[in-house]
Amino acid sequence: MILLDRKKAPEFKQVDNIQFLDAIKTSLDNGIEVNYINGGSQDIIKIDFIFNAGNLYQNKPLVASSTNQLIKEGTKNYSAFEISEGIDKYGAFFETENAYDTATLTLYTLTKHLNNVLPYVKEVLLFPEFSEKEFEIYKNNAIERFKINLEKVSFIARKEFMRAIFGNENPYGSDVTLNDYENLSVNDIKAFYTENYNLGNCRILISGKVKTSTINVLNDFFGQEKTIKKESIKIDFPKNTNNHDSVYIEKENALQSAIRIGRLFPNKLHEDYFGLEILNTVLGGYFGSRLMNNIREDKGYTYGIGSGILSLQHAGYFFISTEVGSDVTKKALIEIYKEIEIIRTQEIPVEELELVKNYLLGQLLTSCDGPFNMGSLFDSVHEYGLDYNFYNKYIQTIKEITPKTLLALGVKYFNKTNLTEIVVGKL
Amino acid sequence: MINFEKFTLENGLKVIVHKDKSTPIVAFNLLYDVGARDENENQTGFAHLFEHLMFGGSLNIPNFDEPLQKVGGTNNAFTSNDITNYYITLPKDNLETAFWLDSDRMLSLAFTDKSLEVQRNVVIEEFKQNYLNQPYGDVWLLLRPLAYQTHPYKWATIGKEVSHIENATMDDVKTFFHKHYRPNNAILTVAGNVELNEIKQLTRKWFGDIPKGDVPQRKLPKEPQQTEEKRLEVERDVPANAIYKAYKMCSKTHPDYFITDLLSDILSLGKSSRLYISLVKKQKLFSEISAYISGSHDEGLLTISGKLQDGITFDSAEKAILKEIENIKLELVKENELSKVKNKIESTTQFSETSVLNKAMNLSFAELLGDANDVNLEVDKYQQITTEDIQRVANAILNKTNCSTLIYAKKK
Repeated sequence: MILLDRKKAPEFKQVDNIQFLDAIKTSLDNGIEVNYINGGSQDIIKIDFIFNAGNLYQNKPLVASSTNQLIKEGTKNYSAFEISEGIDKYGAFFETENAYDTATLTLYTLTKHLNNVLPYVKEVLLFPEFSEKEFEIYKNNAIERFKINLEKVSFIARKEFMRAIFGNENPYGSDVTLNDYENLSVNDIKAFYTENYNLGNCRILISGKVKTSTINVLNDFFGQEKTIKKESIKIDFPKNTNNHDSVYIEKENALQSAIRIGRLFPNKLHEDYFGLEILNTVLGGYFGSRLMNNIREDKGYTYGIGSGILSLQHAGYFFISTEVGSDVTKKALIEIYKEIEIIRTQEIPVEELELVKNYLLGQLLTSCDGPFNMGSLFDSVHEYGLDYNFYNKYIQTIKEITPKTLLALGVKYFNKTNLTEIVVGKL
Repeated sequence: MINFEKFTLENGLKVIVHKDKSTPIVAFNLLYDVGARDENENQTGFAHLFEHLMFGGSLNIPNFDEPLQKVGGTNNAFTSNDITNYYITLPKDNLETAFWLDSDRMLSLAFTDKSLEVQRNVVIEEFKQNYLNQPYGDVWLLLRPLAYQTHPYKWATIGKEVSHIENATMDDVKTFFHKHYRPNNAILTVAGNVELNEIKQLTRKWFGDIPKGDVPQRKLPKEPQQTEEKRLEVERDVPANAIYKAYKMCSKTHPDYFITDLLSDILSLGKSSRLYISLVKKQKLFSEISAYISGSHDEGLLTISGKLQDGITFDSAEKAILKEIENIKLELVKENELSKVKNKIESTTQFSETSVLNKAMNLSFAELLGDANDVNLEVDKYQQITTEDIQRVANAILNKTNCSTLIYAKKK
């Protein structure tokens, strides 16, 4: 028997072949766009109804998210209870999600029950009631949740950060206060629904076990409804990032401080996006990142620290986020800026970059695993009018990018004077 | 249905192999049969602290994460009161790296002072972030010792108090390792596009020469039957009053376990469930309400918890919960209420089986409790439950003398 050399790592390969499950484009009789991704071995299906009805489209705070939450709470023909019951009894799940750009209603069901649950989905989409009664219950409970969130340093930091980088006037940045709940009315919500939740403003994404009959069924339920296409909106977005405020909110007795540092950034439509994703990974985008290595694994200041880039349809931003012991808040800030400075002054060592490249390719392979993951991957570029070619370019960039190019991006984007800093807790 | 095969190495390591051809990703799940319940009462939080140290380098490999990230993999771990579970997902082509890494840390850790020093701090920050610096974060630090008198479930996985973590020494760490982190105390599950023979060969190669250990038999103090109601009232700086009622329930291997699970689902799963409809929607006493089981291996808890609407007294809120409990004890639940939660189990199972990692974990958990194949029998066991079963279990456990109540009041 050959003695095992445990110091020597086994042979490995860089991921070179990623299979994308095709997204097939079709439409219902009335023109609603449908994309579907067929795959997986279980007889299950996920249907997303995606509306351009996120926060971007609201003219006062909370309207978009409240419409999204209340849409299931009773319809013309069914009470809120009957809607939930109708979907629950088949073991299905019907969830709503409100984001900056889009609002999504998602159905998860065994394929054998699709016909049974769609009548309820149809009621919710087409005939929501938005009664005063349900609105009051929703409002009171939402206020309670909001008050609890206001006790969390991380929640306040996130909120302040968005306001600081986008400005309170911008729909991405507009702040929410308790007063906004009081100022909200059921008429605001009804108006928002009418304007933004029309089927003409919706696209459908189906993933899982999809058959021709699935499309036919959807067509029976939704394909004959009248649709009105909404005009695209015009909003001015802050282009450059001259507002680099520092906000410090002291919280007495806080055991930890929440820190958020970041700035406006290019989104997926920009040529620098791929390079910045890679640079972000090096800095704070994975467990082995420099921020994690320094602030958690070397200093032990935090349970976790990370950074990310969020791409929105009309903007984007970069952020670093952590909660650190309040006694080491200042020290943690110094170390964070130290790491940022290194990103813009020193080339990434070849070996570290090689690791990050392999890691990112492995992660991409994972995010293509199965029809549901593939569906998210598809829609997250489709909403920008892009296709899978985006990922092919990303793979190519990962393989080819050099430390020199990344340093140039570091110089261009990671200047401390352009960064907004939020600290909630104790300095 | 999850097909699998299993074998055991001479050193006692149990191995389960599940083949799923549809994915390029492999899940590698290594479960150690040790959790917070195996800790000494004066040294709590240790199993979890130890989990952190498992990433601080092993005998031959100075850093665990780096080589894994280099081959496109990712990993994490969690500790509960019952188990410690480590998992990796990575591209199939690079599977051997997982064997290399995890076998070396089972062989021996590096035990560096730096790692212990730093991870103590990291865990203390985790303690603050999740338990001390969050509204309602300390609920389970209060409720566990109220509900359990002798069983080690009376402390939380994170530990009883920060000082226990501060005081951990390198000697403690080494003793814990040699006692629990042995092949005959572990279950390895590999799920993905793999062949049984390939896994046999890799397991023998990397884990075969790790010596068996002298793993102590678990002898936990048994929790005495609760005979009277327990109550605790605290005041905290939070915006809303909250109430927690924890009822003792059976162990995970007891036939009533699945019935108790459905009982909690009937009470509060989804917006058509009893407690939500009655207490949140109709009576408007609570802003949120839920019922859930702890899922622990030994005798667990069925907990009903809720946040009170502004202006509602604890007395009327609690009475309303008790009224719902009386109802479910007195009258059989409706057939459609029961079939609804059964159908949810069926679909949740189907959706969870789309992930090789979920499948690998579930196989490991089931094997630890007796037989990996139980994952395939669960849905059927749930299906056989009757409305009479629900009533019987409700009557057996939802009693005042079996309950620990925490009144969590906002400061005036």
